[in-house]
Amino acid sequence: MSEQKIIEIEVLRYKPESDEAPHSEVYKVPFTDDMSVLQGAQYIKDNFDGSLTFRWSCRMAICGSCGMMINGIPKLSCETFLRDYYPNRISIEALAHFPIEKDLVVDLSGFIEKLESIQPYIIPKEPRTIEQGEYIQSPEEFNRYIQFTSCINCTLCYAACPQFGLNPDFIGPGAMALLHRYNMDSRDGAAEQRMELVASEEGVYNCSAVGYCSEVCPKHVDPASAVNINKANAAKDYFLRFLSPKGGSK
Amino acid sequence: MSKRKPYVRSMDGWWKKNPYFVEYMIHESTALFVAAYAFILLVGVVRLGQGEAAWNTWLEALKSPLSIVCHLVLLAGAIYHTYSWFKILPITMPPVIVGGKKLAPEVLTGSALVVAVAAGLALLGLVWRIAL
Repeated sequence: MSEQKIIEIEVLRYKPESDEAPHSEVYKVPFTDDMSVLQGAQYIKDNFDGSLTFRWSCRMAICGSCGMMINGIPKLSCETFLRDYYPNRISIEALAHFPIEKDLVVDLSGFIEKLESIQPYIIPKEPRTIEQGEYIQSPEEFNRYIQFTSCINCTLCYAACPQFGLNPDFIGPGAMALLHRYNMDSRDGAAEQRMELVASEEGVYNCSAVGYCSEVCPKHVDPASAVNINKANAAKDYFLRFLSPKGGSK
Repeated sequence: MSKRKPYVRSMDGWWKKNPYFVEYMIHESTALFVAAYAFILLVGVVRLGQGEAAWNTWLEALKSPLSIVCHLVLLAGAIYHTYSWFKILPITMPPVIVGGKKLAPEVLTGSALVVAVAAGLALLGLVWRIAL
Protein backbone atom coordinates (compact mmCIF):
# COMPACT_ATOMS: atom_id res chain seq x y z
CA MET A 1 0.00 0.00 0.00
CA SER A 2 1.34 3.38 -0.90
CA GLU A 3 1.18 6.20 1.59
CA GLN A 4 -2.14 8.08 1.78
CA LYS A 5 -1.84 11.36 -0.11
CA ILE A 6 -3.43 14.48 1.30
CA ILE A 7 -4.31 17.55 -0.76
CA GLU A 8 -5.33 20.96 0.56
CA ILE A 9 -8.60 22.23 -0.87
CA GLU A 10 -9.38 25.89 -0.35
CA VAL A 11 -13.10 26.54 -0.67
CA LEU A 12 -14.76 29.93 -1.01
CA ARG A 13 -17.56 29.69 1.54
CA TYR A 14 -20.59 31.94 1.82
CA LYS A 15 -23.49 31.55 4.21
CA PRO A 16 -26.18 34.09 3.34
CA GLU A 17 -27.78 33.81 6.82
CA SER A 18 -24.68 34.97 8.67
CA ASP A 19 -21.98 36.20 6.26
CA GLU A 20 -21.62 39.67 4.80
CA ALA A 21 -19.10 38.43 2.20
CA PRO A 22 -17.54 35.12 1.17
CA HIS A 23 -14.40 33.85 2.92
CA SER A 24 -11.96 31.02 2.28
CA GLU A 25 -11.63 27.83 4.30
CA VAL A 26 -8.93 25.22 3.78
CA TYR A 27 -9.54 21.48 4.22
CA LYS A 28 -6.97 18.69 4.17
CA VAL A 29 -8.49 15.94 2.07
CA PRO A 30 -7.04 12.44 1.76
CA PHE A 31 -7.44 11.26 -1.83
CA THR A 32 -6.75 8.50 -4.30
CA ASP A 33 -5.73 8.98 -7.93
CA ASP A 34 -9.21 8.26 -9.23
CA MET A 35 -10.86 11.03 -7.18
CA SER A 36 -12.39 14.03 -8.91
CA VAL A 37 -12.61 17.53 -7.46
CA LEU A 38 -16.33 16.85 -6.97
CA GLN A 39 -15.47 13.81 -4.85
CA GLY A 40 -13.09 16.04 -2.90
CA ALA A 41 -16.00 18.38 -2.15
CA GLN A 42 -18.16 15.40 -1.19
CA TYR A 43 -15.42 14.21 1.17
CA ILE A 44 -15.42 17.62 2.87
CA LYS A 45 -19.21 17.54 3.20
CA ASP A 46 -19.23 14.01 4.62
CA ASN A 47 -16.29 14.38 6.99
CA PHE A 48 -15.63 18.02 7.89
CA ASP A 49 -18.65 20.24 7.35
CA GLY A 50 -22.08 18.96 6.34
CA SER A 51 -23.23 22.48 5.52
CA LEU A 52 -20.95 22.78 2.47
CA THR A 53 -23.34 23.33 -0.43
CA PHE A 54 -22.77 22.47 -4.09
CA ARG A 55 -24.70 21.07 -7.05
CA TRP A 56 -24.00 17.75 -8.69
CA SER A 57 -25.83 14.88 -10.25
CA CYS A 58 -24.47 12.57 -12.94
CA ARG A 59 -20.70 12.53 -12.14
CA MET A 60 -19.88 11.95 -15.81
CA ALA A 61 -19.97 15.34 -17.56
CA ILE A 62 -23.48 14.91 -18.92
CA CYS A 63 -25.78 16.82 -16.57
CA GLY A 64 -23.85 20.10 -16.40
CA SER A 65 -24.59 20.71 -12.70
CA CYS A 66 -21.18 20.64 -11.04
CA GLY A 67 -19.38 23.55 -12.75
CA MET A 68 -17.13 25.63 -10.52
CA MET A 69 -14.01 27.80 -10.69
CA ILE A 70 -11.08 25.46 -10.12
CA ASN A 71 -7.91 27.50 -9.60
CA GLY A 72 -9.75 30.34 -11.32
CA ILE A 73 -10.77 28.35 -14.40
CA PRO A 74 -14.37 27.31 -15.06
CA LYS A 75 -14.51 23.49 -15.17
CA LEU A 76 -16.87 20.61 -14.48
CA SER A 77 -15.65 19.33 -11.12
CA CYS A 78 -16.65 15.74 -11.95
CA GLU A 79 -14.15 15.49 -14.80
CA THR A 80 -11.32 17.37 -13.11
CA PHE A 81 -8.99 15.22 -11.03
CA LEU A 82 -7.29 16.04 -7.74
CA ARG A 83 -4.14 14.15 -8.82
CA ASP A 84 -3.50 16.77 -11.53
CA TYR A 85 -3.12 19.49 -8.88
CA TYR A 86 -1.29 17.56 -6.17
CA PRO A 87 0.97 18.48 -4.32
CA ASN A 88 -0.21 22.06 -4.78
CA ARG A 89 -3.21 23.50 -3.01
CA ILE A 90 -6.35 23.59 -5.12
CA SER A 91 -8.86 26.41 -4.81
CA ILE A 92 -12.53 26.05 -5.65
CA GLU A 93 -15.08 28.82 -5.93
CA ALA A 94 -18.62 29.27 -7.25
CA LEU A 95 -18.82 29.95 -11.01
CA ALA A 96 -17.65 33.49 -11.73
CA HIS A 97 -19.99 36.28 -12.91
CA PHE A 98 -23.08 34.78 -11.26
CA PRO A 99 -24.36 35.88 -7.84
CA ILE A 100 -23.41 33.35 -5.12
CA GLU A 101 -26.47 31.82 -3.51
CA LYS A 102 -24.55 29.74 -0.96
CA ASP A 103 -20.98 28.35 -1.02
CA LEU A 104 -20.50 26.85 -4.51
CA VAL A 105 -24.10 27.32 -5.63
CA VAL A 106 -24.87 30.25 -7.91
CA ASP A 107 -28.14 31.95 -8.76
CA LEU A 108 -29.00 30.75 -12.27
CA SER A 109 -32.43 32.39 -12.54
CA GLY A 110 -31.14 35.01 -14.99
CA PHE A 111 -29.76 32.30 -17.25
CA ILE A 112 -33.01 30.29 -17.10
CA GLU A 113 -34.97 33.39 -18.15
CA LYS A 114 -32.62 33.93 -21.10
CA LEU A 115 -32.96 30.30 -22.08
CA GLU A 116 -36.74 30.69 -22.10
CA SER A 117 -36.55 33.90 -24.10
CA ILE A 118 -34.74 32.30 -27.06
CA GLN A 119 -37.56 29.75 -27.54
CA PRO A 120 -35.30 26.68 -27.49
CA TYR A 121 -37.66 24.39 -29.34
CA ILE A 122 -38.70 23.86 -32.95
CA ILE A 123 -41.47 26.14 -34.12
CA PRO A 124 -42.38 24.41 -37.39
CA LYS A 125 -42.33 26.32 -40.63
CA GLU A 126 -45.38 24.39 -41.79
CA PRO A 127 -47.10 22.35 -39.08
CA ARG A 128 -47.72 18.81 -40.33
CA THR A 129 -50.47 16.42 -39.33
CA ILE A 130 -49.68 12.84 -38.33
CA GLU A 131 -51.08 11.67 -41.67
CA GLN A 132 -48.59 13.89 -43.49
CA GLY A 133 -45.77 12.05 -41.76
CA GLU A 134 -42.49 13.14 -40.18
CA TYR A 135 -40.42 16.23 -40.89
CA ILE A 136 -37.75 15.23 -43.36
CA GLN A 137 -34.20 16.53 -42.99
CA SER A 138 -31.12 15.66 -45.02
CA PRO A 139 -27.81 14.73 -43.33
CA GLU A 140 -26.38 17.94 -44.73
CA GLU A 141 -29.12 20.03 -43.08
CA PHE A 142 -28.58 18.09 -39.86
CA ASN A 143 -24.83 18.72 -39.90
CA ARG A 144 -25.45 22.45 -40.01
CA TYR A 145 -26.61 22.58 -36.38
CA ILE A 146 -25.59 19.27 -34.74
CA GLN A 147 -22.57 20.78 -32.97
CA PHE A 148 -24.77 23.30 -31.17
CA THR A 149 -27.11 20.60 -29.81
CA SER A 150 -24.38 19.30 -27.50
CA CYS A 151 -24.85 22.12 -24.98
CA ILE A 152 -25.60 20.81 -21.46
CA ASN A 153 -26.37 24.24 -19.95
CA CYS A 154 -23.45 24.00 -17.55
CA THR A 155 -22.88 27.78 -17.88
CA LEU A 156 -19.08 27.45 -17.82
CA CYS A 157 -19.11 29.74 -20.87
CA TYR A 158 -20.85 32.45 -18.82
CA ALA A 159 -18.21 32.13 -16.11
CA ALA A 160 -15.62 32.56 -18.90
CA CYS A 161 -17.25 35.63 -20.45
CA PRO A 162 -16.08 38.96 -19.01
CA GLN A 163 -18.70 40.80 -21.05
CA PHE A 164 -21.42 38.87 -19.23
CA GLY A 165 -19.66 39.66 -15.95
CA LEU A 166 -19.70 43.36 -16.80
CA ASN A 167 -23.26 43.33 -18.16
CA PRO A 168 -25.42 40.53 -16.70
CA ASP A 169 -28.20 41.44 -19.17
CA PHE A 170 -26.14 40.09 -22.10
CA ILE A 171 -27.91 36.97 -23.36
CA GLY A 172 -24.51 35.33 -23.39
CA PRO A 173 -22.71 32.50 -25.20
CA GLY A 174 -24.69 29.42 -24.08
CA ALA A 175 -28.20 30.69 -24.82
CA MET A 176 -26.95 32.23 -28.07
CA ALA A 177 -25.50 28.87 -29.18
CA LEU A 178 -28.87 27.24 -28.58
CA LEU A 179 -30.66 30.06 -30.37
CA HIS A 180 -28.37 29.46 -33.32
CA ARG A 181 -29.06 25.71 -33.13
CA TYR A 182 -32.80 26.29 -33.67
CA ASN A 183 -32.35 29.03 -36.25
CA MET A 184 -30.14 26.70 -38.29
CA ASP A 185 -32.65 23.83 -38.16
CA SER A 186 -34.34 23.37 -41.53
CA ARG A 187 -37.59 22.31 -39.80
CA ASP A 188 -37.82 25.55 -37.82
CA GLY A 189 -39.57 28.71 -38.97
CA ALA A 190 -39.08 31.14 -36.09
CA ALA A 191 -35.69 32.58 -36.99
CA GLU A 192 -37.24 35.97 -37.60
CA GLN A 193 -38.57 36.17 -34.02
CA ARG A 194 -35.25 35.06 -32.56
CA MET A 195 -33.30 37.55 -34.69
CA GLU A 196 -35.05 40.36 -32.79
CA LEU A 197 -33.24 39.14 -29.66
CA VAL A 198 -29.95 38.64 -31.49
CA ALA A 199 -29.91 42.27 -32.62
CA SER A 200 -31.32 43.71 -29.39
CA GLU A 201 -29.50 45.70 -26.70
CA GLU A 202 -28.91 42.41 -24.82
CA GLY A 203 -27.85 40.62 -28.01
CA VAL A 204 -24.68 39.59 -29.80
CA TYR A 205 -23.07 43.01 -30.02
CA ASN A 206 -22.16 42.77 -26.33
CA CYS A 207 -19.56 40.22 -27.42
CA SER A 208 -16.06 41.55 -28.05
CA ALA A 209 -14.70 38.22 -29.30
CA VAL A 210 -12.66 37.27 -26.26
CA GLY A 211 -13.26 33.65 -27.29
CA TYR A 212 -12.66 32.10 -23.85
CA CYS A 213 -16.22 30.67 -23.79
CA SER A 214 -15.34 28.23 -26.58
CA GLU A 215 -12.08 27.41 -24.86
CA VAL A 216 -13.73 26.23 -21.63
CA CYS A 217 -16.79 24.50 -23.18
CA PRO A 218 -16.64 20.85 -22.05
CA LYS A 219 -18.79 19.76 -25.01
CA HIS A 220 -16.95 21.61 -27.83
CA VAL A 221 -20.08 23.53 -28.76
CA ASP A 222 -18.03 26.59 -29.75
CA PRO A 223 -20.52 29.20 -28.52
CA ALA A 224 -18.19 32.03 -29.62
CA SER A 225 -18.70 30.92 -33.19
CA ALA A 226 -22.52 30.96 -32.78
CA VAL A 227 -22.39 34.48 -31.33
CA ASN A 228 -20.08 35.80 -34.04
CA ILE A 229 -21.96 34.21 -36.94
CA ASN A 230 -25.03 35.97 -35.58
CA LYS A 231 -23.29 39.34 -35.53
CA ALA A 232 -22.98 38.95 -39.30
CA ASN A 233 -26.55 37.64 -39.56
CA ALA A 234 -27.94 40.58 -37.58
CA ALA A 235 -26.02 43.07 -39.75
CA LYS A 236 -27.22 41.33 -42.92
CA ASP A 237 -30.75 41.40 -41.55
CA TYR A 238 -30.50 45.12 -40.85
CA PHE A 239 -29.33 46.01 -44.34
CA LEU A 240 -31.66 43.62 -46.14
CA ARG A 241 -34.54 45.25 -44.28
CA PHE A 242 -34.15 48.18 -46.69
CA LEU A 243 -34.61 45.85 -49.65
CA SER A 244 -37.28 43.51 -48.36
CA PRO A 245 -39.87 44.27 -45.66
CA LYS A 246 -39.31 40.81 -44.14
CA GLY A 247 -35.58 41.16 -43.61
CA GLY A 248 -33.07 38.46 -44.39
CA SER A 249 -33.00 36.39 -41.22
CA LYS A 250 -32.73 33.03 -42.96
CA MET B 1 -39.06 35.26 5.47
CA SER B 2 -36.52 34.39 2.78
CA LYS B 3 -32.95 33.96 3.93
CA ARG B 4 -31.71 34.55 0.39
CA LYS B 5 -28.98 37.13 -0.03
CA PRO B 6 -27.17 36.45 -3.32
CA TYR B 7 -23.64 37.86 -3.23
CA VAL B 8 -22.38 39.61 -6.35
CA ARG B 9 -18.60 39.51 -6.75
CA SER B 10 -16.77 42.59 -8.01
CA MET B 11 -15.40 42.70 -11.57
CA ASP B 12 -12.54 45.03 -10.58
CA GLY B 13 -9.31 44.00 -12.27
CA TRP B 14 -11.05 41.12 -14.07
CA TRP B 15 -8.53 40.98 -16.89
CA LYS B 16 -5.61 40.40 -14.55
CA LYS B 17 -7.16 37.25 -13.10
CA ASN B 18 -6.58 34.95 -16.07
CA PRO B 19 -3.65 34.78 -18.54
CA TYR B 20 -6.20 34.34 -21.35
CA PHE B 21 -7.73 37.74 -20.52
CA VAL B 22 -4.29 39.37 -20.23
CA GLU B 23 -3.50 38.16 -23.76
CA TYR B 24 -6.89 39.45 -24.92
CA MET B 25 -6.13 42.90 -23.50
CA ILE B 26 -2.69 42.88 -25.19
CA HIS B 27 -4.11 41.97 -28.59
CA GLU B 28 -6.89 44.54 -28.23
CA SER B 29 -4.46 47.26 -27.19
CA THR B 30 -2.17 46.62 -30.18
CA ALA B 31 -4.99 48.23 -32.19
CA LEU B 32 -3.65 51.51 -30.78
CA PHE B 33 -0.31 50.78 -32.51
CA VAL B 34 -2.13 50.45 -35.83
CA ALA B 35 -4.04 53.67 -35.12
CA ALA B 36 -0.79 55.46 -34.23
CA TYR B 37 0.74 54.48 -37.58
CA ALA B 38 -2.37 55.64 -39.41
CA PHE B 39 -1.97 58.95 -37.60
CA ILE B 40 1.67 59.26 -38.76
CA LEU B 41 0.54 58.74 -42.37
CA LEU B 42 -2.26 61.26 -41.90
CA VAL B 43 0.26 63.85 -40.72
CA GLY B 44 2.18 63.11 -43.94
CA VAL B 45 -0.89 63.89 -46.04
CA VAL B 46 -1.44 67.16 -44.17
CA ARG B 47 2.24 68.11 -44.62
CA LEU B 48 1.99 67.30 -48.33
CA GLY B 49 -0.94 69.71 -48.58
CA GLN B 50 1.20 72.43 -46.98
CA GLY B 51 3.73 72.40 -49.81
CA GLU B 52 7.11 70.99 -50.77
CA ALA B 53 9.10 72.39 -47.85
CA ALA B 54 6.70 71.00 -45.26
CA TRP B 55 6.67 67.62 -47.04
CA ASN B 56 10.48 67.47 -47.04
CA THR B 57 10.71 68.25 -43.31
CA TRP B 58 8.25 65.42 -42.67
CA LEU B 59 10.39 63.04 -44.76
CA GLU B 60 13.50 64.18 -42.84
CA ALA B 61 11.72 63.64 -39.53
CA LEU B 62 10.90 60.07 -40.58
CA LYS B 63 14.62 59.36 -41.02
CA SER B 64 15.56 60.31 -37.45
CA PRO B 65 16.71 57.45 -35.19
CA LEU B 66 13.76 58.09 -32.86
CA SER B 67 11.35 57.70 -35.76
CA ILE B 68 13.01 54.47 -36.89
CA VAL B 69 12.79 52.96 -33.39
CA CYS B 70 9.19 54.14 -33.22
CA HIS B 71 8.42 52.48 -36.58
CA LEU B 72 9.96 49.20 -35.46
CA VAL B 73 7.86 49.21 -32.29
CA LEU B 74 4.70 50.01 -34.29
CA LEU B 75 5.57 47.30 -36.82
CA ALA B 76 5.93 44.73 -34.02
CA GLY B 77 2.56 45.84 -32.61
CA ALA B 78 0.88 45.64 -36.01
CA ILE B 79 2.32 42.18 -36.70
CA TYR B 80 1.10 40.90 -33.33
CA HIS B 81 -2.31 42.48 -33.98
CA THR B 82 -2.57 40.72 -37.34
CA TYR B 83 -1.47 37.41 -35.90
CA SER B 84 -3.83 37.54 -32.91
CA TRP B 85 -6.85 38.51 -35.02
CA PHE B 86 -6.25 35.75 -37.50
CA LYS B 87 -5.87 33.36 -34.57
CA ILE B 88 -9.48 34.04 -33.58
CA LEU B 89 -10.66 34.20 -37.20
CA PRO B 90 -12.12 30.64 -37.05
CA ILE B 91 -14.60 31.71 -34.37
CA THR B 92 -15.48 35.06 -35.89
CA MET B 93 -16.34 33.92 -39.41
CA PRO B 94 -19.07 31.55 -40.62
CA PRO B 95 -17.87 27.96 -41.10
CA VAL B 96 -16.27 27.22 -44.46
CA ILE B 97 -17.57 23.90 -45.78
CA VAL B 98 -15.35 22.09 -48.28
CA GLY B 99 -16.46 18.69 -49.57
CA GLY B 100 -19.15 18.46 -46.88
CA LYS B 101 -16.63 19.05 -44.06
CA LYS B 102 -15.83 22.12 -41.99
CA LEU B 103 -12.35 23.50 -42.61
CA ALA B 104 -10.11 23.07 -39.56
CA PRO B 105 -9.36 26.26 -37.55
CA GLU B 106 -5.61 25.86 -38.23
CA VAL B 107 -6.24 25.86 -41.99
CA LEU B 108 -8.25 29.12 -41.77
CA THR B 109 -5.70 30.87 -39.55
CA GLY B 110 -2.82 29.53 -41.64
CA SER B 111 -4.25 30.65 -44.98
CA ALA B 112 -5.14 34.09 -43.63
CA LEU B 113 -1.57 34.52 -42.37
CA VAL B 114 -0.13 33.39 -45.71
CA VAL B 115 -2.33 35.91 -47.55
CA ALA B 116 -1.30 38.66 -45.10
CA VAL B 117 2.41 37.91 -45.57
CA ALA B 118 2.03 37.71 -49.38
CA ALA B 119 0.08 40.99 -49.52
CA GLY B 120 2.66 42.64 -47.24
CA LEU B 121 5.56 41.48 -49.42
CA ALA B 122 3.78 42.52 -52.65
CA LEU B 123 3.17 45.99 -51.24
CA LEU B 124 6.77 46.26 -50.08
CA GLY B 125 7.97 45.19 -53.57
CA LEU B 126 5.75 47.77 -55.24
CA VAL B 127 6.94 50.60 -52.98
CA TRP B 128 10.55 49.46 -53.47
CA ARG B 129 10.17 49.70 -57.27
CA ILE B 130 8.62 53.16 -57.09
CA ALA B 131 11.35 54.33 -54.69
CA LEU B 132 14.10 53.10 -57.00
